[in-house]
Amino acid sequence: MHLPPDDASAHLGIAPHRCGECCTTMRGVSARRNRVAVLEDIDLHLHCGELTAVIGENGAGKTTLVKCLLGEIPHTGEVHFLDAARRRKDSPVIGYVPQHNSFDKEAPVSVLDLFAASLSARPACLGVSAPVRQAALAGLQRTGADLLVDRKVGTLSGGELQRVLLGLALTPVPNILVLDEPMSGVDHSGREQFYGLLSQLRREFDLAVLLVSHDLATLARFADRMVFLDRRIVCEGTPSEVLRDPRVREAFSLHSLS
Amino acid sequence: MMDSPLALWHRAVSSLPFEWAGYEFMRLALLAVLLISPLLGALGTVVVANRMAFFSEAVGHAAFTGIAIGVILGLADPMWPMIGFALVLTLAIAWVRRRGALSSDTAIGLVMAFTVSLGIVILSRGGDFARYTNFLIGDMLAIAPRDVGWLAALGSIAAGLFLFFFNRLLLVTMSPSLARSRAKHAGAAELVFACLLAVVVTCALPWIGILVINALLILPAAAGRNLSRNTAGFFGWSVAVALLAGIVGLIASFYASTATGATIVLAAMAVYLLTLLRRVVP
Repeated sequence: MHLPPDDASAHLGIAPHRCGECCTTMRGVSARRNRVAVLEDIDLHLHCGELTAVIGENGAGKTTLVKCLLGEIPHTGEVHFLDAARRRKDSPVIGYVPQHNSFDKEAPVSVLDLFAASLSARPACLGVSAPVRQAALAGLQRTGADLLVDRKVGTLSGGELQRVLLGLALTPVPNILVLDEPMSGVDHSGREQFYGLLSQLRREFDLAVLLVSHDLATLARFADRMVFLDRRIVCEGTPSEVLRDPRVREAFSLHSLS
Repeated sequence: MMDSPLALWHRAVSSLPFEWAGYEFMRLALLAVLLISPLLGALGTVVVANRMAFFSEAVGHAAFTGIAIGVILGLADPMWPMIGFALVLTLAIAWVRRRGALSSDTAIGLVMAFTVSLGIVILSRGGDFARYTNFLIGDMLAIAPRDVGWLAALGSIAAGLFLFFFNRLLLVTMSPSLARSRAKHAGAAELVFACLLAVVVTCALPWIGILVINALLILPAAAGRNLSRNTAGFFGWSVAVALLAGIVGLIASFYASTATGATIVLAAMAVYLLTLLRRVVP
């Protein structure tokens, strides 16, 4: 298994134990909205233990790509999920971290309610059982958010909410973790912390991670692979390769990146 | 016959030392209130959280056209056409929303204006509209034992479906994509709930009244929202406020000789205003 050159696991002191076998494959995926192509002929392989960042301008189809993976919008082409034994899984566990500004801030919903609604068949309005609370605490501990368990979701800061949502996405441990602009509206140090945590968890759980973001500078340090999307895949490779590409530099006005 | 649940209910309530408890229609109305109001209070939590208040209003108003269809078909009781039309309307609104052709409130407003006008035009032919004003303000005291039986059956089915889909609805409220990633048929949950809401609102209309029924969905949930910081609290308070307002409103309407539905709404409004005083801030 090829490791990217500036591998962050060395600093974090975590031994990578990648199986390198399970993966998610998109082949020839295209999607249309109101008869206009928003995504064309996407071929993408997401390997476990790898963080793939998708960058692109607004309207480039980044969120559409995520929604195709989630099965939320109709598309042509194929999306396959293979487990470690190379068996095809029709319904993989997908951990999804949404944009936090898409959340209803006023709803009287606690962090625990989110876990209960996701993990348990018992209606969250009738109270939460002790085992589900334990599972929620275990999930939140992974992202250092266990003290937030009884807080109302609407009162969390952007960074707190993202740690909660990441903990939720990791419960149960997913086949693939998908994050859609998780850091919009979070300050710089919050971003660094979050990406550091993500990078650590990806190795700990050998996760395939797909991350949609605008955060080029931070992604350059944390991503293993980068994909520049503009309705179709314009270029892909290691972050340094992609960030050297003239089309990327023009789109993001990168004139002085060393 | 003496041992039927209804007979037991009558015996139990008539032993209460109140004037209203001596009337059979009040005992039946109380039973109906105990069935309808907690159900509306429970469904209201999702209506408020999911911003469906305008939709439920439209479904109530669509009853005009449902009644009109019943009149055209020559039916004595227009309940089935009302339910059928409310469901057609729900699916139509869902279809327009899914196509994204119009923003949701515009689509609902448009459909509501159409159905209300169509119903009024048909019902007012020959200047006969006054016959239908009972539907506008409702008549809780006219409820018959058979109707209470229907309400009990409907209430059990509705409560079961609601609880079954509750977790998915909660996730859809927070983020549709998150719901999608956590549960199969998350998209269907919204549609099932909209249909359920349409049927419950329509069945409760003759007793509560077209003009005020939406308030009974929204007010208890709005009050519950002020008092709670988690889902169980929200749900519990909403059901409790709906029950309290229902009982107080029914009994007040007996002594004040007022329309029951509207009196219950005023009671719920009073509770809502009180909750503003001790609103949970965070």
